[in-house]
Amino acid sequence: MYRYDEFDHTLVAERVTQFRDQVRRRVAGELTEDEFKPLRLMNGLYLQLHAYMLRVAVPYGVLSAHQMRRLAHIARVYDKGYGHFTTRQNIQYNWPRLEEVPDLLEELAEVEMHAIQTSGNCIRNVTADQFAGVAADEIDDPRVYAEIIRQWSTLHPEFSFLPRKFKIAITGAPNDRAAVKVHDIGLRMVRNEADEPGFEVIVGGGQGRTPMIGHVVRGFLPVPDLLTYLDAVLRVYNQLGRRDNLCKARIKILVHETGVDEFTRLVEEEFAAMSRESPQVLPGGELARIRAYFQPPAYRDLREAAPTLDLALATDRAFAQWHAASVSAHKQPGYAIVTISLKPIGGIPGDASAEEMEAVADLAERFSFSEIRVTHEQNLVLPDVAKENLHAVWQGLKAAGLATPNVGLVTDIIACPGLDYCNLANARSIPIAQEISERFADLDRQHDIGELKVKISGCINACGHHHVGHIGILGVDKKGIEHYQITLGGDATETAALGDIVGPAFSGEKVTDAVDTIVAVYLEQRRDGERFLETYRRVGLAPFKEKLYASR
Amino acid sequence: MPLVKDDALIQDNWTRLDDDAAMIDGPVVVSLERWLNERDVLASRNGALGVVLTSHETPEQIAGDLDRFSLVCLEFPKFTDGRAYSHARKLRERFGFKGELRAVGNVLRDQFLFMQRCGFDAFEVAEGTALEDWLRATTEISVAYQSAADRRATAMAQRQDACSTS
Repeated sequence: MYRYDEFDHTLVAERVTQFRDQVRRRVAGELTEDEFKPLRLMNGLYLQLHAYMLRVAVPYGVLSAHQMRRLAHIARVYDKGYGHFTTRQNIQYNWPRLEEVPDLLEELAEVEMHAIQTSGNCIRNVTADQFAGVAADEIDDPRVYAEIIRQWSTLHPEFSFLPRKFKIAITGAPNDRAAVKVHDIGLRMVRNEADEPGFEVIVGGGQGRTPMIGHVVRGFLPVPDLLTYLDAVLRVYNQLGRRDNLCKARIKILVHETGVDEFTRLVEEEFAAMSRESPQVLPGGELARIRAYFQPPAYRDLREAAPTLDLALATDRAFAQWHAASVSAHKQPGYAIVTISLKPIGGIPGDASAEEMEAVADLAERFSFSEIRVTHEQNLVLPDVAKENLHAVWQGLKAAGLATPNVGLVTDIIACPGLDYCNLANARSIPIAQEISERFADLDRQHDIGELKVKISGCINACGHHHVGHIGILGVDKKGIEHYQITLGGDATETAALGDIVGPAFSGEKVTDAVDTIVAVYLEQRRDGERFLETYRRVGLAPFKEKLYASR
Repeated sequence: MPLVKDDALIQDNWTRLDDDAAMIDGPVVVSLERWLNERDVLASRNGALGVVLTSHETPEQIAGDLDRFSLVCLEFPKFTDGRAYSHARKLRERFGFKGELRAVGNVLRDQFLFMQRCGFDAFEVAEGTALEDWLRATTEISVAYQSAADRRATAMAQRQDACSTS
């Protein structure tokens, strides 16, 4: 993985010193909370319902075991012993004390991490395919470009006060695991006719109050032009994005109101001008320097078949069940990708205790070349496990309470922190996730239902990605009582779609029953091997609606 | 209001002329509207001329007249309105403006470095502002990842230099 050089180290250290001074001025009363707010927000520090919350960037979701141990240490020393992995591949701490935050940041800087631009109306931490570099279907490794974007976006002098926050996601594979079509900018690696790699640039996707699928503004962008093109898109947005209404300030609204063709013309015109006056052509040397950090680890020369694995699968049903949910194909023969569920039945999605983080770090060191990934579905990944070690990894996970075999299944729920923590929320998310999880706890039933993505947001800001959940659940406030609106058929992948609202919202105690009903209709309607999404796309909303509102 | 320029706190010797104020001698700054309405009068008078753009007025509106101005002020109505950063870069890099580029309005020390990097070289600050704070604000972050109007050597360029000389 990428390692800081002197420039990266210097910048992060200087940023910590700068923030330490800003905190000192706040604590000494030289700054009011109003004056301090924009400064802390530039550094991921929010004031929540009960306390400060610090969001730490995990750049494009890549962590070393060493960094994970430091995150565990921080959870123990500065928090109540746990952290929360988010849908943007970051980690949040819910209980840091303001005066201690500079020390916390210094501890992060020691392991080449920071909280820069994890909040505020600026370019946020870039996210990527969690299987980057190991996926069998990859065109090129997106981590190389994600790191280049991380550096380019850090303290960008022109784009630190945008109309609204700005999120970029990148995938190197045709199978989109990074939800690039619902980001402000989505980059999808493609090849042109000469077989050179480049980017398809998708702009104006997003969730929140006005969900939209992004539009392709450039079918093929050559690699060297990446930063100049991003500068051009951002400049058009910075100048023309709406600043009169917070709810209409994201780039998706600009693209929508301007029209895709006109927006594209403006970007291309700006790109042509910037290419003349201030090009940032990516030098081959810098690309090679960064690519060198992402060379494959020292894989052993293994056969694809692993007889010990086959034996274990045949004889150990619990292991086989976990394997079916958690293991994905690897590009290297004899290796596999392991997804670790952070969704224990009845637990809080994405939460991990210090002990759990250390257990994962330990397994990564023993079995995965010390590397870990964070997924936007709030799980963790061991990217490089030899197949013959899968059983040992599973046993290690089981011992740590991390072997829940539900990845991609109905209890692998995404949920935002909701009204339990967040001062924007209208309703609680976590208890709803917990109740659904308990209801569908039976493993055989979960595996029978198959892939089903349930996503819950506590308010219209959609941090729980409900618009793109196969079943999306949105908390709304109806005369002071928590209600939940349900959508069906959302999809965050290459076949992206926004969910359709089934009808009137359900009260909190009826939501789990409603999900149960939806699943029952699916099982009744599905044809051989059909996933939920496929059945939904074939039969539409009607049969679900009919059952859900039958008794009303 | 005091002005920070060339690492010093100085008195502003320009007069900001309201749209309905009578013309005076000496260096004056006018609104874009007054410039557009009274172009001939303003162009033929003796004395330096400056113009102020609000954040919704664009550099394109004065691009053809830049040789008339020795000062362009870009206004930050709130520090969170970042349009003037793009406007500043365009004035410097696209339209080649060589005169004084001044940040006015809600100009705070925490944005000083960003402004400087985008091409501003003068900063209208609140009364009582300490010069040391401003000097520190431009030096506390020494690494630049992006090329901008200040043409500072980026980390990327310095890495390439290090490679080619070693």
